[in-house]
Amino acid sequence: MAETQSSDAFVAFERVQKSYDGETLVVKDLNLSLPKGEFLTMLGPSGSGKTTCLMMLAGFETATHGEITLDGRPINNIPPHKRGIGMVFQNYALFPHMTVAENLSFPLEVRKMGKSEREEKVKRALDMVQMGAFGGRRPAQLSGGQQQRIALARALVFEPELVLMDEPLGALDKQLREHMQFEIKRIADSLGITVVYVTHDQTEALTMSDRVAVFNDGRIQQLAPPDVLYESPENSFVAQFIGENNTLEGVVQEIRGDIATVRLDGGEVIDCKPVNVTEPGQRTRVSIRPERVETNKERLSPDAHLLKAEVLEFIYMGDIFRTRLKVAGNEDFVIKTRNAPDQQRMTPGQMIEIGWLPEDCRALDA
Amino acid sequence: MSDATQDGPMLAADGTPLKRSLNRALRRQKLRALMLIAPLLIFVLITFIAPIADMLFRSVENDIVADTLPETVEVLADWDHTASDLPPDAIWPAFYTDMFFAEEKKLHTRLGTRLNYELTGVSSLFRKTGRAVGRFDTDTYTDQFTDLDESWEDPASWVTMMEDDATREALPMTASAWDRWTAYLDTEGDDPAEEDIEDLLFTMLYLDLAAQPPVSGLSERIQQAAAAVPSFETVDLQAQFLDADEDWADPQVWRVIQTYAPRYTPGYFLNAVDMQLTPEGVEMRPDNERIYGILFKRTIFMSVTITLSCILLGYPVAWILANLPMRTANLLMILVLLPFWTSLLVRTSAWKVLLQQQGVINDILVWLRLVDDGNRLIMMNNQFGTIVAMTHILLPFMILPLYSVMQTIPPTYLRAAKSLGATNWTAFWRVYFPQSVPGIGAGSILVFILAIGYYITPEIVGGTTGTFISNRIAYHISSSLNWGLAAALGTILLAVVLLLYWVYDRIVGIDNVKLG
Repeated sequence: MAETQSSDAFVAFERVQKSYDGETLVVKDLNLSLPKGEFLTMLGPSGSGKTTCLMMLAGFETATHGEITLDGRPINNIPPHKRGIGMVFQNYALFPHMTVAENLSFPLEVRKMGKSEREEKVKRALDMVQMGAFGGRRPAQLSGGQQQRIALARALVFEPELVLMDEPLGALDKQLREHMQFEIKRIADSLGITVVYVTHDQTEALTMSDRVAVFNDGRIQQLAPPDVLYESPENSFVAQFIGENNTLEGVVQEIRGDIATVRLDGGEVIDCKPVNVTEPGQRTRVSIRPERVETNKERLSPDAHLLKAEVLEFIYMGDIFRTRLKVAGNEDFVIKTRNAPDQQRMTPGQMIEIGWLPEDCRALDA
Repeated sequence: MSDATQDGPMLAADGTPLKRSLNRALRRQKLRALMLIAPLLIFVLITFIAPIADMLFRSVENDIVADTLPETVEVLADWDHTASDLPPDAIWPAFYTDMFFAEEKKLHTRLGTRLNYELTGVSSLFRKTGRAVGRFDTDTYTDQFTDLDESWEDPASWVTMMEDDATREALPMTASAWDRWTAYLDTEGDDPAEEDIEDLLFTMLYLDLAAQPPVSGLSERIQQAAAAVPSFETVDLQAQFLDADEDWADPQVWRVIQTYAPRYTPGYFLNAVDMQLTPEGVEMRPDNERIYGILFKRTIFMSVTITLSCILLGYPVAWILANLPMRTANLLMILVLLPFWTSLLVRTSAWKVLLQQQGVINDILVWLRLVDDGNRLIMMNNQFGTIVAMTHILLPFMILPLYSVMQTIPPTYLRAAKSLGATNWTAFWRVYFPQSVPGIGAGSILVFILAIGYYITPEIVGGTTGTFISNRIAYHISSSLNWGLAAALGTILLAVVLLLYWVYDRIVGIDNVKLG
């Protein structure tokens, strides 16, 4: 876990705990800090505590223990409306009885801003999300994507330095979602605002974020930039949760520097990179990404371990081939190969040999 | 299904126009729907719409005068009440005939009651006259005719005489009285040939013959009587009526009969708005007789007050219910609905126990020494009592629609408003409240319309100053039996409700009413 506690942190959680019923902790000992201008995503399955963290930051939930600071000030006792944090809700929460322009004007009105200044800012915010012509419409007259843009504009119109987004794209279809991901990222970068973004969609998290905090069971499992998260997961939960992953179980035989030798439950012996195994005899889960598995022996180093595999299923997916194999007793071992002219198309029942570089194969906790 | 490239209407696969084929397909569906609602529709038509229509019709219907006094009404139609004090002399035989039959059919008291609404004292006038009309001195004519010829007493001879057209033409009043007489006997199941000839018929016979009609060619008996009539002793009918009751000399009585002779009258409606129809036209009643204007105003004022107090008390409750977890909300909802399980009468009586001067609330206040024993609060038999009891009784009708509307308002709206910088109050007032207005609208319409027609509660705790127009309507239905006035008051009440509904629609919009 990256402990980047520093004095210049813009938002910081310090030893924050949260319990709703007094019996179980939903958030366990959360420490997190992010500098100004960062786009941080809280990623995790439902019930992992990520939304609770966001609500505590927004002020709708109070921390049972610990302190949250915003720009150096503790905000535990500041009511939500004085925190000055913009927020985009899962279902947009656009006020149905107001027009789009009135919705955007609302945060400015409660800040007692003059009429001409309000109109100016509303217009600028609408233009920013390319919805300039829709000011007079009611939210119900807009499509989901348009409502999303308005919700974004409303959260930004009063120029908050911190914007929270609670699964804002969850209700959109895939294509629109991908488009909005780039849009949000572009706007956040151009305004230089700090964003805390909650999602359970890992692709979204990887695409948009500067850093991703993976939540599970009330704890941050790993806090890292997307590429690190994907390529160097620190534990088996992160490895499983981010992207597709193959696991093989076994026992560590010996560790020599950067190489750990693992005897798999099927009897095969392979070399791995030890991540959180420390001594021989430990049980471990070995994790390999499907696209890092090599079927062409010539491309592997001569001393690489090779495993026998039986082809169970071959799926043609256009840009890639997806092949399910039976490896060391695991029938859900998947490999992905590029649809290149020289690529071999496998048939079910075929016996092949596979291998990989030791550094792509990570020995994690069991 | 159809070829879109062809000209003209779209055709279905079998060549019939698509519209017709669609209609045929939908007809079955519509018929089925109609069949499903038919039992209720018929039930409502018979037991609800028809009685209401009949009741509303009573507010203008006024057949009783023209039906009971047909000949009198005819004579009065030509009377100019400004020219002479009393109607022309022709009124007396006509009125005698009408009263005779009215008395026979026992209709005169009902007519008296009806006209008494317009002029006090007419009721007893008609009752007295009814008793007297059978004992008029007109038997003098009977005696004189039978002295001439014994056969005048024989009903069978009258039957034969009245079958002769020439005789009928010569004796028009006798013929008309005879027709009414035989028609009356017919309804009683009696035979005119066997019933004694009444004094009325001899009176009419005398009056006909006294007019010297051409009697040549008629029966000998008539010719003989015609010759003898000028020397008959006469009876002054006017004097007979004045003898029965001297009010018949009062022009006011005749004017009222004339004014209320038409079969349709605006009189009930005018009464219902504290006006009256006089021979001189429409005018306001004297100040001390005006009650309905006050009652209508009071009814509307109290209904509005009750609606407002229901909003004030119900809104927070509905809010709590809507924001609690489902399980707790359901439990509390049972408490809200609990009053429905108790009889309305019991609840109202309970308020009586609580509010009266020797009641629970006063006892507690006295015990707490907040109120002096000799100075107990008067909390019922006035508007306060009615408003308190009815607010309690109608409160669920406000809470239920409010609750179901509030349930559909997601709590994220409030959060969103707060995150945008609104204080709790601003978030509520600018964001939550406008969205709950449809619930307030639905609840208010429900409570107001129920309140404006409420009867039992004001009757029990309202005393004299806390009663509604509905109590007056009930009084006219069951005690004074002035159904016409009750119907007029009811019609006005209905019109007021519809008018307010229209105003509400114009101001708030009826689309803005949601029951959930």
